[in-house]
Amino acid sequence: MKTLFYLLMLVVRRDLILAMRRRADVLTTLIFFVMVVSLFPLGVGPETDMLRKMAPGVLWVAALLSSMLSLGRLFSADYLDGTLEQMLLVPQPLSMLVLGKIASHWMVSGLPLVLLTPVLGLQFDMSIAAIGMLMLTLLLGTPILSMVGAIGAALTLGLRGGGVLLSLLVLPLCIPVLIFGTGAVQAVVSGMNVSAHLSLMGALLVLALVFTPWVTAQALRISME
Amino acid sequence: MLEVSNLACSRGDHRLFSGLSFTLCPGQILQIQGANGSGKTSLLRTLCGFLVPDEGSICWRGEDIQKMAEDYYAQMIYLGHLNAIKDELSALENLRISAGLAGGHLTENEALAALRRMGLKGRERLPAKVLSQGQRRRVALARLLVNDAALWILDEPLTALDVGAVALIEALIDEHLQRQGMIVFTTHQPLKVAGMEILSLS
Repeated sequence: MKTLFYLLMLVVRRDLILAMRRRADVLTTLIFFVMVVSLFPLGVGPETDMLRKMAPGVLWVAALLSSMLSLGRLFSADYLDGTLEQMLLVPQPLSMLVLGKIASHWMVSGLPLVLLTPVLGLQFDMSIAAIGMLMLTLLLGTPILSMVGAIGAALTLGLRGGGVLLSLLVLPLCIPVLIFGTGAVQAVVSGMNVSAHLSLMGALLVLALVFTPWVTAQALRISME
Repeated sequence: MLEVSNLACSRGDHRLFSGLSFTLCPGQILQIQGANGSGKTSLLRTLCGFLVPDEGSICWRGEDIQKMAEDYYAQMIYLGHLNAIKDELSALENLRISAGLAGGHLTENEALAALRRMGLKGRERLPAKVLSQGQRRRVALARLLVNDAALWILDEPLTALDVGAVALIEALIDEHLQRQGMIVFTTHQPLKVAGMEILSLS
């Protein structure tokens, strides 16, 4: 148990150090997120009612797209320089290592989206309660995107045009998260109960946490053949 | 002891080799020979468990390696064509992280000592991207010094190495065999090691 935890921490620390030293990669996806979201108020015009209504959807879709952009990086660098081969030979369950990689990937590509949300929400004239709920749903949802995306990233490893294929594979699987995520914010705005949406997202998160690391590990072994 | 019996392997529709059998006992070293494309790397990757053989079995100390999985990985070390070195990390960080992944804990002083023995004195804290090909290979080979795995699987360990480094690798191999270790490797360069057995793929 202790060694498993040690492995998890080692992988998380390693990937965070690497991300810090390749800051440009991380920043580009964040700037992409900010840009896409900011384009809507400019394009739609200053009708606050409409903006307020579309805000959760726009932010969620932008989060979905920017997480697709960053997913390609999850395993590809390690695959190209041979580190992934060595990771498959780690004398510990590979799913634990995969979980560590997903966790650090989320910390640099999912968590910043959550933290940027209040600023972007202001552009849409969202209420404080709606922004709070949007942050909560993104906090629950972005880890799911990273985990489900990891399966796609592992399957498309080393393929030409893998990035597009990855989006085609993963985006449909993310639809439930999108629906419950935006649904919760709309429920808050219209004064309805949000617990159903949040419970379902929590259930999806737990489900993803249990299954995706293992499935990703299997997919990696297939991709390395 | 590594026992390979009646192994067959193919890539796509092309059969690389079949009916391959050999046994590697403690203290033995085996060189895989063959022309380019004869399946040397595929054989080594099969021995690592990356590829599932079409036929035959690979047993480590009497157990199938596919079933042993992690228990087998704890007792072997593989050095492939790729160095598995991160450009953004220093030689020292690279070595310490790969030792950590292999399940050991390496102090800074142990890592520095290993790198110095590999002739990287003064380069330990430089990012790997400023190192030359040969120096990067030396960083990768330093993993052999800080790992107590019994089985070494080395794919072209001598690429990009100078004469001094080749002599160093010969010394490392001798030491490992003295400790009753086992080595399977491929190379296109001459390597002077006593008692080397040769397996030809054709």
